[in-house]
Amino acid sequence: MVYIDKEACKGCGICISVCPKNILAFTKDLNQKGVPYPKMIDEDKCTLCENCMIYCPDFAVVVKKDDK
Amino acid sequence: MEKKINHPLQKYFRGPINYTTCPGCGNGIISQAILWAIEDLAMDFDKFAFVSGIGCSGWIPSPSYNTDVLHVTHGRSIAFATGLKLATPNIKVIVTAGDGDTSAIGGNHFIHACRRNIDLTMICVNNQIYGMTGGQVAPSTPYHSKTTTTPYGSIERPFDLSQVAISAGATMVARWTTFQARQLRKSIAKAILHNGFSFIEIISQCPVQYGKVIGKRNNAVDMLMDYKNRSINVRKAKKLSPDEVKDKIVVGEFIEDKQVPELTQEVKRLRKEAVSRCQK
Repeated sequence: MVYIDKEACKGCGICISVCPKNILAFTKDLNQKGVPYPKMIDEDKCTLCENCMIYCPDFAVVVKKDDK
Repeated sequence: MEKKINHPLQKYFRGPINYTTCPGCGNGIISQAILWAIEDLAMDFDKFAFVSGIGCSGWIPSPSYNTDVLHVTHGRSIAFATGLKLATPNIKVIVTAGDGDTSAIGGNHFIHACRRNIDLTMICVNNQIYGMTGGQVAPSTPYHSKTTTTPYGSIERPFDLSQVAISAGATMVARWTTFQARQLRKSIAKAILHNGFSFIEIISQCPVQYGKVIGKRNNAVDMLMDYKNRSINVRKAKKLSPDEVKDKIVVGEFIEDKQVPELTQEVKRLRKEAVSRCQK
C-alpha cells in the first residue's frame, strides 16, 4: 500500500510522473503549505514498484506491503 | 483518519525528516539513493562519516543524518575528508559536494584527491548552476546559458567533471542523472565498497534556478523527463559519432580500476618501513 504524508509533500509532482501505472493524481484540496498533494486513485492496479517512494525528494511517500 | 507510517529510512535521521530544499529539488532523491545504498549493504551507519561543503548539496547529510557529519568551508570538503580519512582509516568517508565545490573553488583539491587515490566516496551533485546564491554561472553551466551573471549567454565551455576525474586518476568514476535513481543506488553501493577514490557525478535538477535558464521554471517533472530523454548509456555512446552524442548526457560507470595503490595503505606501509629502518 502507498502511504502519503501530505504535510511533508511540497507538491512537485515527481511521484505522479514516474508512476508506471499512472494511478497517482493531485487532490483538489491543499495541505498546510498551501500546495496540492498526490493521492492514490486506483489501489488495485498498484504493483508496489516503489518508484514513487525512491523518487520523492521529501521522503513523503512510503510503499509498504500490507500484512493481512 | 489516515494511518501514519514511518519512512523505512527514518532510522538514519536524527529527528523527523525535514528537507528544507525547494519543491522538486534533486537533493532528496540523491539522499535517498545514498541511504538506500547503505541499507542494501547492511553496514553500521556509525562507521560512516559525511563531509559536505557549502551549497545546496551541503544540506544533504547536514544536519539531519544520525552519524558524524562535517559541514565545512566552501570547496574544502575534500581537504577535510582527506585529513579525516588519514586519521581514522577504518571509517568510510563520504563527501557530498556541489559542482561549485568540486570544479570551481575546490577544483585543486578534487584533482589531487583523484591523483592520490585516497579511499573516499565523492558524490558530486551537479545542478549546473550556483543555485543557493541566486543562479550565477558556474564552471559546469552549459555553453550559451542565460544566467543572472551572463544575461547574453555564457561564453565559457563547461567542465566535463567525470572526464576530469578520469584524467586526474580517479579509480572509479560514474555519472548518472536523478532519473536513474536505481542505478545510482547500485553505483553508490559499489563506490562505498571500492578501495580508492570513487567519484559519482549526479546531474540533478534545480527547478528554481536552473529551471528558469532553460525555460522550465518550477517544473521538476519536465526537467526529470528531459534527463530521461537525453541520457544515453556509455556503452551505447561509444558506438555513436561525437556529433550524435553532443546534446546527450552520457551516463553509466566509466571506469573501475582495482590495481592502483590506495593512499591510506601506502601511509601505513611507509610508517612500517620507517619504523623498521629506525630499529636497525
